[in-house]
Amino acid sequence: MRFDTYDPGDFYDELFIEKGKPRPQANPLIDRINSLSDGELLQRQQAAQSAMFKLGITFTVYGDSEGNERIFPFDIIPRIVAANEWATLNRGLKQRIEALNLFIADIYGDQKIIKDGIIPIELVHSAKGFLKPCIGLKPPKGIWCHITGTDLVREKDGQWYVLEDNMRCPSGVSYVLENRRVMKSTFPQVFRTMDIQPVDEYPSHLLETLLNLAPDNLPNPNVVVITPGIYNSAYFEHSFLAQQMGVELVEGKDLVVADGYLQMRTTKGLKRVDVVYRRIDDDFIDPLAFRSDSLLGVPGLMDVYRSGRLGIANALGTGVADDKAIYAYVPEMIRYYLGEDQIIPNVPTFLCGNPQHLDHVLANLDKLVVKAANESGGYGMLIGTQATAEQREDFADRIRANPRNYIAQPTLCLSRVPTLIESHIEGCHVDLRPYILYGKDIYVNPGGLTRVALKRGSLVVNSSQGGGSKDTWVVTE
Amino acid sequence: MLSRVANSIYWLNRYVERAENIARFIDVNLNLILDSPTGMTQQWEPLVKITGDAPLFQERYGEVLPENVIQFLAFDRDYPNSILSCLQIARENARSVREVISSEMWEQVNAFYMMVKEAAPKQNLASLHDFFTQVKLASHLFSGIMDATMTHNEGWHFGQIGRLLERADKTSRILDVKYYILLPSVHDVGTTLDEIQWMSLLRSASAYEMYRKREHRINPTLVAEFLILDREFPRSIRFCFLNAERSLHEITGTPVGTWRDPAERALGRLRSQLEYMTIADIFETGLHEFINTLQEQLNGVGQSIFNAYFALEPMVEAVEEIKPISSLQTQTQTQTQTAIGS
Repeated sequence: MRFDTYDPGDFYDELFIEKGKPRPQANPLIDRINSLSDGELLQRQQAAQSAMFKLGITFTVYGDSEGNERIFPFDIIPRIVAANEWATLNRGLKQRIEALNLFIADIYGDQKIIKDGIIPIELVHSAKGFLKPCIGLKPPKGIWCHITGTDLVREKDGQWYVLEDNMRCPSGVSYVLENRRVMKSTFPQVFRTMDIQPVDEYPSHLLETLLNLAPDNLPNPNVVVITPGIYNSAYFEHSFLAQQMGVELVEGKDLVVADGYLQMRTTKGLKRVDVVYRRIDDDFIDPLAFRSDSLLGVPGLMDVYRSGRLGIANALGTGVADDKAIYAYVPEMIRYYLGEDQIIPNVPTFLCGNPQHLDHVLANLDKLVVKAANESGGYGMLIGTQATAEQREDFADRIRANPRNYIAQPTLCLSRVPTLIESHIEGCHVDLRPYILYGKDIYVNPGGLTRVALKRGSLVVNSSQGGGSKDTWVVTE
Repeated sequence: MLSRVANSIYWLNRYVERAENIARFIDVNLNLILDSPTGMTQQWEPLVKITGDAPLFQERYGEVLPENVIQFLAFDRDYPNSILSCLQIARENARSVREVISSEMWEQVNAFYMMVKEAAPKQNLASLHDFFTQVKLASHLFSGIMDATMTHNEGWHFGQIGRLLERADKTSRILDVKYYILLPSVHDVGTTLDEIQWMSLLRSASAYEMYRKREHRINPTLVAEFLILDREFPRSIRFCFLNAERSLHEITGTPVGTWRDPAERALGRLRSQLEYMTIADIFETGLHEFINTLQEQLNGVGQSIFNAYFALEPMVEAVEEIKPISSLQTQTQTQTQTAIGS
């Protein structure tokens, strides 16, 4: 299998400038793959996938009666980002996270940005992730969002855009680390010849970020990761991160509030918990403060948090910035709080809550992608160009019924990366989710999760919608 | 260590051990059949009886045919104590504590489950013996891996306790098989057929050679004594109690011979009871009756371990508004109830 016949076509290709002409940073990899004998690439791909299955690097499929897990399909042709290009993304992501944190602190505090008329108050108050009980909260060190996964895409002309920010419990970083481990054993020679930035520092940075939240003067703060349990689709990741950091993985039922502290039940009695990396949504974390029917959380946790005896990452209430209508205002936030221009632009976005925008959206449904403001995982969206008239009509009704909850964006032509499909190489659309940690400083893990749409021509990369993943190499030429 | 984690490691080991022992049960029968005189009724019913789940079998399969019994005990997904179900539960337990156990342990449980799952649709009588051998080996491999790769800390000791209590229970059931296997007539007591049955029984507990070295001749009283009271044979009931108790005291720090909580007391009592018992005492009670009582006491030990270390009730005053629902407890109770026999 070789790249000789591979044609990037009329798309932005991450590895090729044009047919037969790899991008300079991709050259050694392409040479290496071209030198493999027929079938060897495929064989390595299968070996990599079966290694992942054996290691149990899986996600749980909801609704499967046997409680089976699947591996997140993995493609061994990596996506390569040139180091100089990455440097710009790196700066852009830091800028964005800093502004978003200032924004969250502001709206649960003085609300200056609202008072100054930059963002309408109704928009903030109607965001599903806006939590009234968080007003007036002062999280440790003033940081709200410690862990972010920001989705980036690249358009046909090579321009990068921020597609969305995941500020609640972004998942996928475990695949970044495990994909890299598998890739190192798949292409060891390539790793020796190319200068690929390592990703393995993530768990150490994550632990530092969490320790930074511990109430002051504790010699040995007790950090835990809280998971909804083994049936959660991202359970593998929760367990992996706890293991990599060497901290306990707990479920709500392991925890209890006693004597004013959060404590965990051990075989020798209760033990105090100082920092929680939570992988449970806000709504479920404390049935006394939020959803009373939640069995996943810990009653009374919010009081401990408010009293300053507990650090939580991400802080409760950060989901407000996950809202896709709020996302549209990030460029203004950056200008307002930092006095800078946005380094990585947003995708142009129409807010259906705005009457003029709404008319435009309804008139152009066949050209736009419409998304529900609060959904994730590729649910609740309409890809106008691929939808039937009936589907569009149905969606138009939904938008009219609740315009605030919808945004629309032009259909982007996502960049592509050569990918093994069956037994040949084909260009498939990708996005990129880098992971950003905000502790003492802001750290961006070099690379991130490249998600790839494995269905021919598909633009949907979510794992719950049949997407796969690739390793992402940040490479110095 | 988190109570939930300790609980999961305990059950992970119990279920792996249980799967192994079910393979032993069936295998003993496969062997017996080959040695039985033609025309003798195949002895499959006792196998279902000793599980304590005969009514369930009756309801689901009706007739006691070898293939039904094997399907039920080895591969039935809806029967919680089939080999396949045991491994599925073992694997779920392992998955819930992956960050605590060694990755080799997880990989072995995962591979073990996959092996049984793939064998399930392909089984035929000719290949069954190989299959059961593989199950036994996979279980040994798991405990060997655990021994060699996991720190012998609290979690490891909880695993030991789970494995040893399960093994003691199953050795007692293997012995009980003989109670149910009827000889064609009283005159057959002490005949070749009788002897063959006792030998099979020893084999299914991997005890044949070790017994021979000690006693040379096959004698029912001595076989029972070996499997119940031997101090050195690792599948004898007394051996299991001794070592389970040792692990429990490693966890609590209380010296062996004393007790501070009901779990230590229950296990210590059961162990010392065997220390001072003779096989004559057991036969006086009746072997089958002795085994019944022992199994009840064992369930009691399991329950007191659960209460002392896994069930830590939440501080009620802090959460009065919310009735605590501990799915931990329901899970464990189900597992206890579905334990073979009850």
